[in-house]
Amino acid sequence: MAELLDPFFLLGQLRSGLTTAMFLFLIASGLSLIFGVLKIINFAHGSLYMIGAYIAWNMTVILGRTSIGFLGAVVVASLSVAVLGGIVERLLLRYMYKRPELYQLLFTYALVLIFSDVCKYIWGTQPHSVSRPPLLAGSFDFYGVRFPHYDLFIIALGPLIAFGFWVFLNRTSYGRIIRAAALDREMLGALGTNVASLYTGMFVLAAFLAGLSGALVTPIKSVVPGMDVEIIIEAFIVVVIGGLGSLWGTLLGSLIYGLTLAFGILIFPRFSIFAAFVIMAVVLIVRPWGLLGRPMK
Amino acid sequence: MKASAAGLSKRIPWMLVLFLIAALIPVIGSRYYTFLATDIIIFAMFATSLNLLIGYTGLVSFGHAAYFGVGAYVCAIFMKDLGVPFLAAWLLGGVGGALFAAVFGFFCVRLTSVYFSMLTMAFAQIVWAICFKWNDVTGGEQGYPNVPMPSMAWLEWIPWIGGLRIDHKFFYLTLILAALSIAAMRRIVNSPFGRMLTSIRDNAERAQFNGINVRLYQLIVFSIAGGFAGLAGGLFGIFNRGVFPDFCYWPKSAEVLIMTILGGIHSFWGPSVGAAILILLNQYIVSYTEYWPFVLGTILLVLLFGFPGGVVGAIIDLFRRLRSAARGQR
Repeated sequence: MAELLDPFFLLGQLRSGLTTAMFLFLIASGLSLIFGVLKIINFAHGSLYMIGAYIAWNMTVILGRTSIGFLGAVVVASLSVAVLGGIVERLLLRYMYKRPELYQLLFTYALVLIFSDVCKYIWGTQPHSVSRPPLLAGSFDFYGVRFPHYDLFIIALGPLIAFGFWVFLNRTSYGRIIRAAALDREMLGALGTNVASLYTGMFVLAAFLAGLSGALVTPIKSVVPGMDVEIIIEAFIVVVIGGLGSLWGTLLGSLIYGLTLAFGILIFPRFSIFAAFVIMAVVLIVRPWGLLGRPMK
Repeated sequence: MKASAAGLSKRIPWMLVLFLIAALIPVIGSRYYTFLATDIIIFAMFATSLNLLIGYTGLVSFGHAAYFGVGAYVCAIFMKDLGVPFLAAWLLGGVGGALFAAVFGFFCVRLTSVYFSMLTMAFAQIVWAICFKWNDVTGGEQGYPNVPMPSMAWLEWIPWIGGLRIDHKFFYLTLILAALSIAAMRRIVNSPFGRMLTSIRDNAERAQFNGINVRLYQLIVFSIAGGFAGLAGGLFGIFNRGVFPDFCYWPKSAEVLIMTILGGIHSFWGPSVGAAILILLNQYIVSYTEYWPFVLGTILLVLLFGFPGGVVGAIIDLFRRLRSAARGQR
């Protein structure tokens, strides 16, 4: 317990907690966005993330271990996952919007099962890893606490994306239409907006974010089967805590989750996953729509 | 559709037919068939208990495996560590499942639709995390192995069964206990209490206006379903010769949910049919390919787009169409 009093040790935990939090935010924001507008809990979001990671790994093998190669891999991965998301939405998902929630959930779960096997078939079961791009491979020491540049890049990227989203949703005309779609889909359609293509656009955007976070995670975690399910559970906890459909809620949920994990390990080493589910259950009991969410009609 | 389902099932004494056919399995089949049949019967019971919630009350639980797991652990721990006879331990497993369901259900029934599903799942994950980490009692990650078989000495008195192998005997024990449990559930859904549940499913607000205490009824049925899931879990722990944290993990909840939907939530026997189809299909497909999840996902997609009423729903629909076509010709 002596570590608890060492400020530099705590700083290290803060660094790792923030990195986890910002990664989760990248993934969970897409999940939350889809729920907010399309009213669907997309279990397959984690699968899109995993596909992004595999494509990014595959591309770094082709493009080489340079910073440009990594950038190219990230771009290709996020764009291909975005296209895949568009195809799924156009061909299948759109027929699910009016079905009961149970069927929607099972539909996205079916996608999880199918995508996981497709990934196994294409990329095999052995773990793959990607080295950090040379530009971000370094780190600096702060009184013995190591800060890898890549972690700092991720920590900076989270708030940047959150801010970008906020500007997009609150300061552009397209964002205004999206907010309207979240409130009343039918009225928006009656006013002449093409809601069907708006939904496709939202799903493509969310898939892009999933692919992007999948690609960006490759230098930190190895790419293995099962990463889809692992991340979707975490992202799900995050959005439930913060509030499904709320951007700032998702950011807050990510911070709570990341920091609970980083510091909870010190206090209850055996029960860190337990703590996350307990927080989720307590939030659902007290405020089912999440800390910063709005109650659904 | 519902009326013809009732008409069809009234004419044939399904329970008796099924029971007799099942009782013949060890006579005509090999040990492998007995093994599969035991598995199917336990999951039929588990899925039917879930359908008390989904099909009859309209509560979509995403964490039903929690109560299955609790029942399995309670039954196994009482039998092995405390030396309690099987029947008492099995019933205690059911009580354990029901108690956990009552405590969790108290909070869950306060929520509606998707929030209800999320909270049931969160509670199930908490149960899983406890089973996974509490090494001293549950054996933690390694599970709780070597659960003893019930003694089944009383079966020795029955002429032919007495001489059977232990797994055939356990099959008969499972068959009898599951048949009693399923019959009890059938009584429940056909009772006035069961009618209350369907009226809550169809319109909770109207039921409330009519003076039904909706939450109380939901809580009671949630506990009952948890109890029967616990009973199924107790049998499965023995059948599996060990209890593992996976029993409570969310893919298990998804599995039983898929069985229930696959068979059809609008008929009492649907979930049992779903359990049989899924287990047989799994055995068949796994012998050909390692890509079972892909096949399962594809089946789910076909089901969701083509047959939302499940297999039993589709069959009843077909019968109805044939009948109306025949009537049209006359």
